[in-house]
Parts: sequence; structure tokens; C-alpha cells
Amino acid sequence: MSHRTTLFELKDIHVEVEDKEVVKGVSLKVKAGEVHAIMGPNGSGKSSLSNALMGHPGYEITSGEAYLQGHSILEMPPDERSRAGLFLAFQYPLAVPGVTVANFLRAALKAHRGPEADMSDFRRLLKREMAALSIDPSFATRYLNDGFSGGEKKRVEILQMSVLNPKMALLDETDSGLDIDALKTVSGGINRFHNADNGILLVTHYQRLLNYVQPDFVHVMLGGRLVKSGGPELALKLEENGYDWVEQETGLTAEV
Amino acid sequence: MSESEAIRQQNADLSRLNEDYATRYGFRDPVDYFHKGARGLSHEVVEMITRMKNEPRWMAERRHEALDIFYAKPMPKWGNTKLLGEIDFDNIYYFMKPIENQQASWDDVPEYIRKTFDKLGIPEAEKNFLGGVSAQYESEVVYHSMKEDLKKQGVIFLDMDSGLREHEEIVRKYFGTVIPSTDNKFASLNTAVWSGGSFIYVPPGVDVKIPLQAYFRINAENMGQFERTLIIADKGSRVHYIEGCTAPVYSTDSLHSAVVELIALEGAYIRYTTIQNWARNIYNLVTKRATAHKNATVEWVDGNLGSRLTMKYPCIQLVGEGARGEILSVAFAGVDQHQDAGAKVIHAAPRTSSRITSKSISKDNGRASYRGLVKVHKNAVNTKVSVECDALLIGEDARSDTYPTMEIDNEQVRVEHEARVSKVAEEQLFYLTSRGLSEDEARLLIVNGFMEPFTKELPLEYAVELNRLIELEMEGSIG
Repeated sequence: MSHRTTLFELKDIHVEVEDKEVVKGVSLKVKAGEVHAIMGPNGSGKSSLSNALMGHPGYEITSGEAYLQGHSILEMPPDERSRAGLFLAFQYPLAVPGVTVANFLRAALKAHRGPEADMSDFRRLLKREMAALSIDPSFATRYLNDGFSGGEKKRVEILQMSVLNPKMALLDETDSGLDIDALKTVSGGINRFHNADNGILLVTHYQRLLNYVQPDFVHVMLGGRLVKSGGPELALKLEENGYDWVEQETGLTAEV
Repeated sequence: MSESEAIRQQNADLSRLNEDYATRYGFRDPVDYFHKGARGLSHEVVEMITRMKNEPRWMAERRHEALDIFYAKPMPKWGNTKLLGEIDFDNIYYFMKPIENQQASWDDVPEYIRKTFDKLGIPEAEKNFLGGVSAQYESEVVYHSMKEDLKKQGVIFLDMDSGLREHEEIVRKYFGTVIPSTDNKFASLNTAVWSGGSFIYVPPGVDVKIPLQAYFRINAENMGQFERTLIIADKGSRVHYIEGCTAPVYSTDSLHSAVVELIALEGAYIRYTTIQNWARNIYNLVTKRATAHKNATVEWVDGNLGSRLTMKYPCIQLVGEGARGEILSVAFAGVDQHQDAGAKVIHAAPRTSSRITSKSISKDNGRASYRGLVKVHKNAVNTKVSVECDALLIGEDARSDTYPTMEIDNEQVRVEHEARVSKVAEEQLFYLTSRGLSEDEARLLIVNGFMEPFTKELPLEYAVELNRLIELEMEGSIG
């Protein structure tokens, strides 16, 4: 896949949360069509990295560079990053009472397409994507994440991704809290979204999602750094042996 | 952006809330009134009002008696006692009669008043979706009309003064029975100097399918508007009444102190919807109460924007078996405003049910309070009570208080109670902006979403209007 263009590139990203450095120099290149996975134990900085990349005001990128399709994104507020083609599926999506899934998605898609855009296809698009994710049609008129189960929230995150169709999707612990059926549905949605022009970065603690969404590269994150990279076999090794051997091999501890 | 910066930004955006009030609603008319009394309150003023209206003696006596009660009663000890203490009763005009006779055609209303109601969109609404309209300007109703077919069905919809003249026996039977003049200081004040308001009687079994509306406009500075409304829905009848209110912006205060009494007889249904958007120099101190008889339903849908201080707690007394009451209120408190709103339900019969939903938004240094009482009497067995209070805070100086009281005197009651205070939080904004919405769009979406349980209860035209008001209030954010 080396002939493909670089879609998303991180150069020596450092992130601080409340004056504490939690990501200590992460570099990564995702080419169009690739799926990368960042695996690491709790507290290794992987969620901080994805939040910071999306522009969460609580996560400050103190140094480094990030490019999406060659454009630097770090000066952009979150909505511009989104409209530029970046997407973050949240680990804990928030409820927005009174705002229906359909109205929210229509507003978001309109923000992407521009105020004058034709939205006449929206209803059909939403219906199709919901069906593909086995989301009951009634969810279109339910309030966003309000009273949703953990699994329903994750499905609706993937629904948002499918509708907005970003270039680069960061999926933060999308597998957590899912039973096996939901995991299969959500993975199906991710695979359906994935194509030769977009990229995916899966951030996960466990290997099980990777049984369904095959990564091209697996990176191990420890102490705020990517300490080891490899192919899918690395994920299996982590599943079998945990993270201790990486800690021993690299002399690093998991926690930042 | 740090959290405090984000909040500062948010405050800056929202400080423009309702800032175009002056041009949209706050314009003043040059006045040429038929009668403009002197400032201040006395038995002479009361006598002048009752004589000008040529009222029966019993009403005059009620007024004088109520004035003595007003003098004797202390100010309320709740709400905002500081602001209440600033009311200068001697500086208020208690009665202004803009024109000699009420009109039934907009063409006959003096141009400067007609233009006011035109700007407020009343004649247009009347044409499009209302069964009847009453337009009050200062103390009296200047325009009134009702569709012919409703008249034919025996529906009475008049201003209160005409109601007293033309249907004295009904008014005498019900006036002050739901809210006696001894109820509170402002109810006694209203009883003493009331003028205008609506009188509605719906005969048994009649379903008034389209809403009746009254619009209350204060124009003069230091005006006191004291409309009095009495709605009686006879057995098995149905009616929806809507009121709206605005006033010009002045540097000194005006007082709006209405009394509204609703009586829903057996099996009747009354919905009373208010969308008020008073100027910020108005004290809005209103007493609203309903009595629901056997299997009757009363719903208060109460939206409070604007005013300097609002104290209003719509009440429903469920006195007949199987009666049902619902109070849905929203309050929006902006800069220097205090919305002390709430609800009261008295369960005094078996198998009664009630639901209170209160939503408030406070921004900048605005303050919204929920003050509620649910009382379940001993005999009110198999009763259901639900109370839900939601407060949304925008900015770090915004304030919300909740004062819920429940007095339950029997054990066969199902009670649900929930209270929540939330902030338009950085996290929520981040979530929505991460999907491509600008921060302003995201904030508006959150506020509209918060109000949604209320707006969905309004007739479509009013829901649109309310959303537009909120959008305007959030403007500057919208760019």
C-alpha cells in the first residue's frame, strides 16, 4: 500500500491535561485505506491523544504537528476539524435532551455540506444507515443518547460516522461495554464505512474488536508513547500475554 | 480555550439576549387617552374606576373592601423581597382608558394602537388560526371579536367589563371564588382596581376547537395593568385560551398584576397557555388558580420571558374525584432578571392526578427559582403526583434555586419527584462541535432541546414564535 497517499500524520505530539503531560511525543502516519490500532492499558494516554486531536478544550497540545490530507489541523476549532474530515467516536457519548437524533444529524450534515446544500436525500440516507446498524427506526425521533444503553450509544456514534462520512475516523474504545452481538453489528458498521480513501484509528484496551475489524498496523502505547508497532499478530500477543512483557522489554511503565 | 475563557465567551454571546427587545416590542406610542387618572392609590381612585365603568354596587363594595385588605396585608415574605420593597405604589397609574368604546373592527381602533397590534402580529394570527381575539391596551380592551359559529354555540368570550355588564349573574356567582381578595396582597390589589381581562363561558358539551386569545399591552410608563380573567368551562366542554404580553422599555418600573380564575366543571377541559415577554422594567406579580371538578382537566402552560421580577405560581385545586391537573412552566432569566415561578396543586378528592414540569434557564446574573407546593389531603386516596424540575445554567454567575414542598396526608399516593440542575457544559459543546456545528449553533441546539418539552405543547405558530424568541435571545451567537 506504499503507493497510497498519506491521509493523516502526527509528528511528535505532546498533550497536557491540567498541566500534566499525558502524551509524550507520538508520531504516526495513516495512509488512505489503512486501519491502525493503538492498544494500551488504562492510563497510557490513548484516550487523551484522541480527545486532543479532535480539539477537546481540556486537552492541550503543547507541541507537535498534525496534518489531515496535508492541512495542519491544530489551529482549527473542533467544528472546523470535523468539517475538514476528522471524526471522533466517543468513549462516553453525552446525552443531549430534547434534540432528536434525526434533527441533530441533519444539523451536523448541513454544517458539513454548507447552508445552501440540498438536504432532500437526508431522510433516505439516515434510514439506510440506521438499518445497516440494526438501529430501530424509532431512534430517529429519540433524544440523542438520552436514556440509551451503552451499546445503543456506541451504535449511534457509528451511525454519526456513517452519515458524516469523514476522511479519518478516530474510534475511542468503541468496543467497550458491548455484548457480542452489538460488537458484531458495530464492527460491521466500521467495515462498511471503511474504503480505500479513508482511514481509521482504533483506540482500544482489548483485542476482541480487532477480531472483527482487521487492522493493518498495531501500535502499543505505554506511558504516553507508542513503544512498539507491528501487524495484527501483535494484538494477539497482547491478548495472550498482557502488557507486562512490553513493559519489561521497553523498561517503561503503563501509567503516564 | 480554558473553561473560564469559554464561559466568558458564552456570557458575551448571551449578553445580547433579547437586546433587540426595544425595537421589536419596546416601541412606545404617543398617547392621547380618553382618560388618564392621577398617580397613586386611594378609595377615591377605586370609586372613580367603578363609576367610570358604571358597575353594580356589589362590585364597588368588593373593590373597596379589597383595598382595605391590600392596605392591611404585608408584602409577601418569599420571592424577591428586595425587589418587592422597591415598588412605589404611589408612583403608579392605576387606571388609563385609551379610548371611549371598545371596537369590533380593527379599522375603528385608533391608528397608533392598531399599528401596535399589527407589529405584534395579532390581526394576522386572528385571521389564520384563532377563534376569537381580545386586545387590551393599558387598562381596557380596545378590540374584541369572536367567530360567529362560536357565538351560535353559546360560547361567551368578552372582556371582563362587558362580561360583568352583560352576564352579571354568572360573574357574581364565580368572581373571587377561586382567588378571594384575602389570598395575597397582589390579589387584593387586583380586586380593588381590576380592569379588563377576559370573561369566558363555554356551555355544556361545547368543544371550542380553535384557541381564543387575549393580548395584553402596556404602553405608558409607570402603568399598572390589573386585568382580571374568569373562565368557566361547563360540564363536558373544552376550551384552549392563550395570552401574550409585551410592553415598551422605560427606565422606571411598571406593574402587571393580574388575577386569573378558572373553573372546570364536571368532565370539562381547560388549557391556559401564556407566552409573556415583558420588558425588563415590568414587575409581573400574577395570581392564577383553577378549580377542577369531577373528571375535569386543567392545564397551565406557562412561558415566562422578560420582566424584572416575575412571581407566579399557577395553581390547580383538584376538588372532584378523578380530576387531573398539569402545569408546565418555563422561565428564562437573563441579565438582572429574577423569575420566581412555580406551581401548586391541591389534591382534595380521591383518584386525582397531577403533573408538574418546570424548566428554567438562567444566564449571566439572571436568577430562576422554582417554588412549588403539592398538597394531598387525607381523603385524596389513590392519587398520583409527579414533579419534575430542570434548571439549565449558562455562565458562571447564573443562579437557580428550587423550593419544592410536599404535604401528603395519606398513604395511598404515588409520588415521583425529580430535580436536576445542569450547565451548558464544555463537554456537551465539545461533543456537538466535534460533529461540525459551530459553538453558537451547538449552544442554541442545547437550549432549544432543553425547552422542547414545553414548545411541543404549544400550537405550532407559537412554538415557532417561541423558538424565534429564544434564537433572538441567543443572537450574536448566531452571526
